[in-house]
Amino acid sequence: MLRLPKFDVARPSTVSEAVALLAEGGPSAMIVAGGTDLLPNLKHELFAPDVLVSLAGIPELAGVREDADGWITIGAMTSLADLAAHPLLARKAPALAQAAGVVAGPQLRSMGTLGGNVMLDTRCQWYNQTYFWRQALGFCLKKDGTLCHVVAGGKKCVAAASNDTAPALMTLSAVLEIEGPEGRRTLPVDEFWVADGIWNKKLEPGEILVGVRLPPGRAGHRGAYGKLRDRGSIDFPLLGVAARLDLEPDGTVADADLVVTALAARPLRIQKARALLAGTRVGTPEHDRAVVEVGEKAHAQCHPLENVPGDADYRREMVPVLVRRTLAAAARGEGPVHPL
Amino acid sequence: MAARDLHGPGAPWGEGAPGDRRNRDFRVIGKPHRKVDGLAKATGAAVYADDIALPGMLHAKTLRSPHAHAKIVSIDASRALALPGVHAVITGKDMPIPYGVIPWTPDEHALALHKVRFIGDEVAAVAAVDEDTANAALKLIRVEYEPLRAHLDPFESLSATEARIHEDTKGPGNVSKHVALSFGDVDREIGAADVRIEDEYFFHGTTHTPIEPHCAVAQYSGEGLLTVWSATQITHYVQRALASVLGVPIAKIRVVQPALGGAFGGKSDPFSLEFCVAKLAMLTGRPVKMLWTREEVFYAHRGRHPMHMRYRTGARKDGRITGVDAKILIDGGAYSSFGLVTAYYAGQLLTGPYDFPSYRFDSTRVFTNKPPCGPKRGHGSVQPRFAFEVQLDQIAEKLGMDPIEIRRKNFQGENTTTVNGQRITSNGFKTCLDEVERASGWKERRGKLPRGRGLGVAGSMYISGTNYPVYPNPLPQAGIQIAIERSGRVTVFTGGNDIGQGSNSVVAYLVAEELGVEVGDVRVVAADTDLVPVDLGAYSSRVTFMVGNATIDACRKLRAQIVEAVAGAWKVDAARVRLVPGRAIDLGDEKRAVPIAEAFRIAEERFDTLGSTGSYNTPTLGGDYRGGTIGASPAYSFTAHVVEVSVDEETGRITCERCWIAHDCGRALNPMLVAGQMEGSAYMGLAEALLENHDVNRFGLHAGPSLLDYRIPTSVDTPELHALIVESVDPEGPYGAKEAGEGPLHPSIPAISNAVFDAVGIRLKHLPFTPGKVLAALREQRAAVRAPSGGVPR
Repeated sequence: MLRLPKFDVARPSTVSEAVALLAEGGPSAMIVAGGTDLLPNLKHELFAPDVLVSLAGIPELAGVREDADGWITIGAMTSLADLAAHPLLARKAPALAQAAGVVAGPQLRSMGTLGGNVMLDTRCQWYNQTYFWRQALGFCLKKDGTLCHVVAGGKKCVAAASNDTAPALMTLSAVLEIEGPEGRRTLPVDEFWVADGIWNKKLEPGEILVGVRLPPGRAGHRGAYGKLRDRGSIDFPLLGVAARLDLEPDGTVADADLVVTALAARPLRIQKARALLAGTRVGTPEHDRAVVEVGEKAHAQCHPLENVPGDADYRREMVPVLVRRTLAAAARGEGPVHPL
Repeated sequence: MAARDLHGPGAPWGEGAPGDRRNRDFRVIGKPHRKVDGLAKATGAAVYADDIALPGMLHAKTLRSPHAHAKIVSIDASRALALPGVHAVITGKDMPIPYGVIPWTPDEHALALHKVRFIGDEVAAVAAVDEDTANAALKLIRVEYEPLRAHLDPFESLSATEARIHEDTKGPGNVSKHVALSFGDVDREIGAADVRIEDEYFFHGTTHTPIEPHCAVAQYSGEGLLTVWSATQITHYVQRALASVLGVPIAKIRVVQPALGGAFGGKSDPFSLEFCVAKLAMLTGRPVKMLWTREEVFYAHRGRHPMHMRYRTGARKDGRITGVDAKILIDGGAYSSFGLVTAYYAGQLLTGPYDFPSYRFDSTRVFTNKPPCGPKRGHGSVQPRFAFEVQLDQIAEKLGMDPIEIRRKNFQGENTTTVNGQRITSNGFKTCLDEVERASGWKERRGKLPRGRGLGVAGSMYISGTNYPVYPNPLPQAGIQIAIERSGRVTVFTGGNDIGQGSNSVVAYLVAEELGVEVGDVRVVAADTDLVPVDLGAYSSRVTFMVGNATIDACRKLRAQIVEAVAGAWKVDAARVRLVPGRAIDLGDEKRAVPIAEAFRIAEERFDTLGSTGSYNTPTLGGDYRGGTIGASPAYSFTAHVVEVSVDEETGRITCERCWIAHDCGRALNPMLVAGQMEGSAYMGLAEALLENHDVNRFGLHAGPSLLDYRIPTSVDTPELHALIVESVDPEGPYGAKEAGEGPLHPSIPAISNAVFDAVGIRLKHLPFTPGKVLAALREQRAAVRAPSGGVPR
């Protein structure tokens, strides 16, 4: 069995204590939530923290609540299994509930948290390997090396955002609540991810993701998540698609959004989706044509790389298929689209 | 009864043989008993190699090569040795004697001596107070390498003239073994056929993925006794290899196999870690353990050989095959392992269940700088079976014949000899075809389902052990000792390796049946070379057949004594005394019976302490030509599968919906275990076809040495599996039993390809059947339809 490195674990009971511990530990401190991403990465010697600050004992980080103003607040430590099974989310944020329900497998969803999935390290076949393997390779741009093995001569890391909840949160216009030494701040999730596989998040050192807030949706909100992977469980996405359709009572699309992930370092919004779908009525040939066209635009906009395991050409070929099926599932109030 | 008397027409389980009726009135056999170790495994009480912890035990780790092919210029371990907590560091020079599981090809070293041959090859080993210290020490060992050109492509390696992988390879290129055999006039027979199909097929690499990684613990006593506990399926060969490499007399070596968490052929070579823990224990005077990581298990490999196969088959208008011509290139990886046998099996095991009037094969195994291939469940024959069963469907298509019908047409029958001289006794293949045809609704559904859904069939045969021991010797292949105690408890000593297939349970059932005790009163002592007679190990599906026969042999000697003693006490004819679970009864007087313990006491009083031995050896078998005994088995199992698939033409994904598995196991000694083997085999085959791929990337690095990246199906990816047991009652198997653990894997893979053809009209000939390949084939199909000469898909 691979060995975990030695580290201390700190167990704060409040967020401010956690922030203080992080400040004290500096670069050698890391946050651990469910540990389902971090611990394998530690075994692969991708990080070597002296101290892990566990968020497991902070009561305010757990749970889902609907506020009086209609916003939904989800604590960062809410487990993915709880999110997937939450009746309020199934109604108001189906894409998120569905995405949470297809992360990894059942055991990992019980340990894994929303905060952990948002903060998931980017993934790459040349990076998520043991020290021995990476050493035999001569390491890579993301860790310990200078060469990118995905893009010959590449200077920027293209490890893939592989968190299923990320595109769902983007379609929901979620706002992240972040606490750091300077206090609490909020950040629209759209502004959170950046196109850098080494660190693809706008989270400053010492900051903690406290929770996620979802604005009140429209009455006719529909959403779905579609996931491509080889098996019916466990695997990270080879491709993920989150869709939102806000429908008028007669089924006309008032607003729409579509975000694709597992391609590059950040999730990608399909820019033309809203304009093409808005005004079409679900169930009409016009809407169906718009869906096909959105799939084509997505295909043109998406260029999967050989970053995650799997054939990049095939993943690209699946973009329009997954887009069409996910939009169709959203329109019908169904999903997730998985297995494909 | 001497073991050899079991053979021939008068063999005890044949139709009409003496005692026939008595042999069929079973009290234990044929019933769904629990495995004897089932509860211990389910509750966590079972002791696996890694559960062993001895006082003062050190932990060892292996330094591996980061180069696919390189000379070792120097190794400097001084900094590692200086690290506090490190007790010893060893390198190839400490164990320079080469070994190999096949005595003719000893090309491995416990640790690389002068060069490394793949990324992951073992270079040095460290023993330290704990695993972390040992790992830290590995990083302090300095190895200077001189990289050599790496041969990753088998075609390139075949003709390579520089940077030989093994310097002593004969002839040009990196050829590991070449076999060419021809039976009958193949060119004339195929030339005279009404239809001919010639095509190329590719079977990729796959590996065993047992859930338990390899682990070994060694202890060296002051008296010079070396004990090695190892997760192995071949205690006897490990014992021999340790003696040879370490220079320790074999009688001073004890090898013990603890509870085992799966093997599938992946633990049937002697491995580096066994030598290393032994050597380190001898050097340090402390017990030493080494547990491999999952990544290291992938490097150890010995999995399915990739094979590039060209087949040419001719058939008459009525579907009868006239000849088969095969040329196979086998990608062997860095070492020989069982490769000599693989090169033979690739050709020798195809000559059933169909009658080939003529047959030729030419198979070449070539070394490459990749993890070494070896025997995986269905060793050597799963790949050719895939190619041939797809080709047979292509012939049926060309002739407009039903795929099951063409298989019936070519059925070789019972009690026959194959074109390559193998003796076939019992053969239930036709019943297997009938069963899958009936259960799957084949006649009503095949060719008639909506596009996107289809049924496919395939057949196969496999050996129940082989009469070729890994090292030639005239001694029994399996031995058994039994000790009876007056409490009614029976202890059986067997060298058989229970690797999860249930061989210890089978021994217990047979003893219970023969000696009139409950299964729970039989203790099985297994796979401990200090305690048990020699058995060659769990490979080639030999254990139930050979150990089973040896067990019955030993039981019959004891039973005769017990029956004679009880009959004497009752003053009745011995024929009236019958042993049933828990009692000895008088068939002539239903009121007269004694508890079995009392029967044992009566026998002990009469004959003194009760015990017996039994053994099994194969009859003389095989064709009269070089290699003719390789693949010769005392009995062959037969299998037919029908698989139902759905194909998503947008995504290219194949979903295996259902699989019907009909398997002729001779007799199901425990139908629950047989069904488990059938389902497990089919599951493994389907996984190989659709998901798994054991390969290296452009650097020669394993493409994904983890259970995340090497994808075996989860429970939600597993189809409905229907096990249909067929019992042909083999004349020489124990109560008529044959193997069930490997045969039922074979047809699942070609049956999927054939079902995909039924579903969407494309022929998948290159494994694995990834969605990308399916989409490419569908695109070709559409292009062919648009072209004027193209056929129209259903």
